Amino acid sequence: MTTTPAEQVAEGQEPGGVAGAVHAYVDRLRGGDLGSLPAMLGLAALVLLFGSLEGDRFLSSFNFANLVGQSAMVIVIAMGLIFVLLLGEIDLAAGFTAGMCAAVLGVTMTEHGWPLALGLGACLLTGVVVGLAQGVLVANLGIPSFVVTLATFLAFQGVLLLIIGDGGTIGIRDETILAIQNDNLPVWGGWLLALVVVGGYALLTLMRRRGRAAAGLATEAFTVWLAKTGLLAVVILAVTYFLNEERSRRPEITSIKGIPYVLPLILVLFVGLTFLLTRTNFGRHVYAVGGNAEAARRAGISVVRVKIICFVLCSTLAAVAGILFASRDNSVSPTTGGTLTLLLAVGAAVIGGTSLFGGKGRIVDAITGGLVVGVILNGLPLLTQEAGIQFAVTGAVLLIAASVDALSRRRSVSG
Amino acid sequence: MSEPDASAATAGGDTPLLELRGIHKSFGAVEVLRGVDLKVRSGRVTALVGDNGAGKSTLIKGVAGIHNFDAGEYLYEGVPVEVHDPKAANALGIEVVYQDLALCNNLDVVHNMFLGREVMKGITLNEDVMEARARKTLDGLAVRTLRSVRQPVASLSGGQRQTVAIARAVLWNSKLVILDEPTAALGVAQTEQVLRLVRQLADNGLGVILISHNLGDVMQVADDIAVLYLGQLAAQVDTKDVQRNQVVELITAGRSGDIGLSPAMAEVAL
Repeated sequence: MTTTPAEQVAEGQEPGGVAGAVHAYVDRLRGGDLGSLPAMLGLAALVLLFGSLEGDRFLSSFNFANLVGQSAMVIVIAMGLIFVLLLGEIDLAAGFTAGMCAAVLGVTMTEHGWPLALGLGACLLTGVVVGLAQGVLVANLGIPSFVVTLATFLAFQGVLLLIIGDGGTIGIRDETILAIQNDNLPVWGGWLLALVVVGGYALLTLMRRRGRAAAGLATEAFTVWLAKTGLLAVVILAVTYFLNEERSRRPEITSIKGIPYVLPLILVLFVGLTFLLTRTNFGRHVYAVGGNAEAARRAGISVVRVKIICFVLCSTLAAVAGILFASRDNSVSPTTGGTLTLLLAVGAAVIGGTSLFGGKGRIVDAITGGLVVGVILNGLPLLTQEAGIQFAVTGAVLLIAASVDALSRRRSVSG
Repeated sequence: MSEPDASAATAGGDTPLLELRGIHKSFGAVEVLRGVDLKVRSGRVTALVGDNGAGKSTLIKGVAGIHNFDAGEYLYEGVPVEVHDPKAANALGIEVVYQDLALCNNLDVVHNMFLGREVMKGITLNEDVMEARARKTLDGLAVRTLRSVRQPVASLSGGQRQTVAIARAVLWNSKLVILDEPTAALGVAQTEQVLRLVRQLADNGLGVILISHNLGDVMQVADDIAVLYLGQLAAQVDTKDVQRNQVVELITAGRSGDIGLSPAMAEVAL
């Protein structure tokens, strides 16, 4: 085995400052660890492409807010899928789980008049039960997850039809549910949120540096911290500014501005799930089971328990996505969570950098990959109304992402 | 046998760290171990050698609690103990490093060393303490081949992986480390690295059982050699007292000159 450049940097004297950090990053890329780079490059390329061809429409703040709402479901489902993908498993039913849970929400609240909390509880509980059942079938019985969830994919599609009945759709009238995807934070609320996010990040990372320094461990250079925090601040503030612009076509009649409520929701999920995956022993065990299940078992980790919890998380997050579907469409129909939803969510995770082979992935992948998928879905119809082209292009992007995953894996194995 | 005393735990004490007497183990009609005696002392590397089927693995799995012995005495620090499962062995301070190492390639060195026994601070992982302890353990083993404990195991060489697996075994104040063919898949330089580490373990006061087919390694690093021959202990001799060809004879015939099984015993064994 040859020594990779990344290893040499890690072993040798750490070159200080931003230049050193950039150097180490480049070496990591060459070692096959691409991280978010393909998704970021793809996103930049797509924005440039659509921006130059259809700048007026694509780059408007109206369309940007629309993009956030469109991508939200795919992002949340992808967040759940990442737990399952980390194990080297798959959940093909996540899309229809979302649809089924949305239908439960619609039936209980609209048809039976349950209060919001009960309706949401029933919706999420459906997700938990689905995940529990799938997890037990996979982990305890040892049925391949591909088979289990292919079966439930078909079954849930049927259940969704049965719940909704022949009527076709169930309307959603609860204002809180509708607000998630159709209402915005006040402008001052948006700025406050931006400040809290940037300030929180700066404070947490600074405290972590202090802690490591106090323990006598290597810390990243202060300039690197400054650069990272600065970059984050620029991005967050730019997004906030853009979304706080007036985006109504008739501002004198209705004013639409501010950050859509769904954005902070995604932010909370992102922070919470990232914490779970990177800072708790459960998260560590998820990576261990995905990397080498036998090693995890010998280390005393209950592989069965870890697997079941991951499936429960995946289906529960799908239920959350179901709520977002209901909010965005103002209704639940037999195709809610169907058609391309699941494929796009898997694609988002993989494009973001999560491996289909297990053991590698982060929650942020769902967001970066979900935005790439969202931009394609959002931008393509501006260029062509031809559904055939849209399908083909989306498929090609998925295939490219899977290839990058397979190639980078080969590279890091041989490296 | 003298009473166990405090000095026994340190190098060269009178009471062996591990003593097996008259161990028997059968699988169905096959008698794999037929009255094996073995002594392992702290601060010494005891090589366990023998041809395929001599019973090395069975003996080790019994010590580690994976199999139960049918008959015989299992004394640990001079006290008879019952070791019915791997957890009981771990609790006594016995750790086994298996040939396939059981590391997670996608996790870094610290994560692997603490896998399943993470140090927590509330509900979060205490990364700082784990990293510092991993470093300390590696430094204590004089490991200089591994400069960053935050690199993923996937990027390590075979020798470095073996190092991590061994370091994990000693992290928990273990007293007896059993190494199953640690150099089997390694090149010359890396074998040298790992053998130095094995020596270091014993020099740090641990008892070490080294299973190996490579007599060169054994003669280089072991303090004494226990030779298993068809389920019996042919001899346990100090390395300095024997020649390589005598060990070979012990492995293949059960006796060599006046050491080893009596001619009659060796014949019966066949």
